[in-house]
Amino acid sequence: MADALRVFEREAVVFRRVWRGSIVSTVVTPILFLAGIGVGLGGLIDERSGAVDGLSYLDFVVPGLLAGSAMQLGAFSGLWSVMIGTTWGRYFHGMAATPITPGGVYGGYVLWVGVRAAGSASAFLLAAALVGGVPSWWGVLGVPIATLTALSFTAPITAFTAAQEHDQAFPVIVRLGIMPLFLFSATFFPLDQLPSWLRPLAWASPLWHGVELMRAATVGRLSYVGVGDAALHLAVLAAVIGAGWAVGVRTMTRKLAA
Amino acid sequence: MPLEPLVAGRGLTKQFRDFTAVDGIDFTVEPGETFGFLGPNGAGKTTAMRMIGCVSPRSGGDLRVLGMDPEVDGARIRARLGVVPQQDTLDSDLTVWDNLVIYGRYFGLPRSVIKTRAKELLEFVQLTERRSSKVDPLSGGMKRRLTIARALINQPELILLDEPTTGLDPQARHLVWERLWQLKAQGVTQVLTTHYMDEAEQLCDRLVIMDRGRIVAEGSPRELIETHATREVVELRFDTAEARAAALPKVESLGVGVQRVEQVGDRILLYAPDGEKASDAAGAAGVSASAVLVRRASLEDVFLMLTGRTLED
Repeated sequence: MADALRVFEREAVVFRRVWRGSIVSTVVTPILFLAGIGVGLGGLIDERSGAVDGLSYLDFVVPGLLAGSAMQLGAFSGLWSVMIGTTWGRYFHGMAATPITPGGVYGGYVLWVGVRAAGSASAFLLAAALVGGVPSWWGVLGVPIATLTALSFTAPITAFTAAQEHDQAFPVIVRLGIMPLFLFSATFFPLDQLPSWLRPLAWASPLWHGVELMRAATVGRLSYVGVGDAALHLAVLAAVIGAGWAVGVRTMTRKLAA
Repeated sequence: MPLEPLVAGRGLTKQFRDFTAVDGIDFTVEPGETFGFLGPNGAGKTTAMRMIGCVSPRSGGDLRVLGMDPEVDGARIRARLGVVPQQDTLDSDLTVWDNLVIYGRYFGLPRSVIKTRAKELLEFVQLTERRSSKVDPLSGGMKRRLTIARALINQPELILLDEPTTGLDPQARHLVWERLWQLKAQGVTQVLTTHYMDEAEQLCDRLVIMDRGRIVAEGSPRELIETHATREVVELRFDTAEARAAALPKVESLGVGVQRVEQVGDRILLYAPDGEKASDAAGAAGVSASAVLVRRASLEDVFLMLTGRTLED
């Protein structure tokens, strides 16, 4: 664990230099979505339909955008930038020659992504609260929920990337995995708008569980999901992170110490 | 009490699926010496180094590094090693300076200690003026020197250098050698791999010659040459394969102490204690080579004698 913190420190030192570029994609873009879809399109929807799932469209879409952005940050952080460490720049191999273990490399990297997700989620929540999209103080729970959602993608995807020799699969993961999930996981509209045969696909993705939890938090009503379901959502996120972590320690070990 | 060897391998083996990269090697590295693995590409040198560096678990045999077992105490051993890998692992997101600082942090060293050492080490490898530069614009020689500086940040008891000068131009190469001699003078134990015989002769106190995963000879450069080659070598170069083929039977029964005849590419090599004499005898026997060179035997010749192949093959 101490070695994971040193990996974390390295990522933080690099981030200090590149954070301006990074916040464009992880903070500015989600806020543009918030303005365009939440406020702009939301106004139109509320005029026509009154409410979505009993909520104003802004209240409905804020947790969707927040969890969806966390997923994107988590997923992208597990792809090309991990490849730089394992294969293109090989700095992970440099770490593995020191007392840091391959498991520490994996763990430190994933933890770092979690902290970045927390930071981006905080900025987004603040912006959403300013435009009136976070009706409850329970919304601060959005930060840990966004972090768990990001980790539930970064943990397994980093594990996958550590086993790759090249990035051929990455565009497919993004276009056929991440983008459809972003659109169809009860982020922009309730799941019952989907044909019933498609819904189980959404249930299988960690994002939907993150969105449901997030919505209960930002609207401040646990009854929105119910205690049992909330526990289930948390358990799914934790299980995906745990499984990804277990595989990731192994794939990273095979990559750095074969 | 005799000092314990810093590294000791017995029957050390590494198997990748159905390929045996290192096939049961025995060796020891004593404190203060520079020990080399010499061999062609694919001989198993890098794999042996990765096992000593505790990043590659052995498949068989026994290995002790700094008196410990890499399988049990890998991280503790790595804390006391300096590693200069063949393939660059510098951090291209960081400056020269931060490469040293962050690498020092990987060892858990306090920042104040790292800063003092980093300053000295940049001085030592002559990169002080490039401290704020990123890594990518550095030349190959500078990157290698930075990697050497980085490997010294934890004041290691043992430095592992995998092909330290491969790919460098002659001037950059000499600069690296000078640093390694300085470290040797300070008493730092070094293990290096190389496929350059001149590098092995220049740097190593003792070395093993590896071929196809096995150790085929062991000793100091001088001992190896004395044991396995003659003092001198006559190189006869021919313009055509026919000329070379015609010359071969003539040189095979020259006498004058010629112990062995080898054909390598367009050359015939005569191994003899007195090269001039052998060369004169070849001329008298009617051999007309396009060029004749008499030189001292080298490790390259030892490798050729032992394996029938050259290091470049």
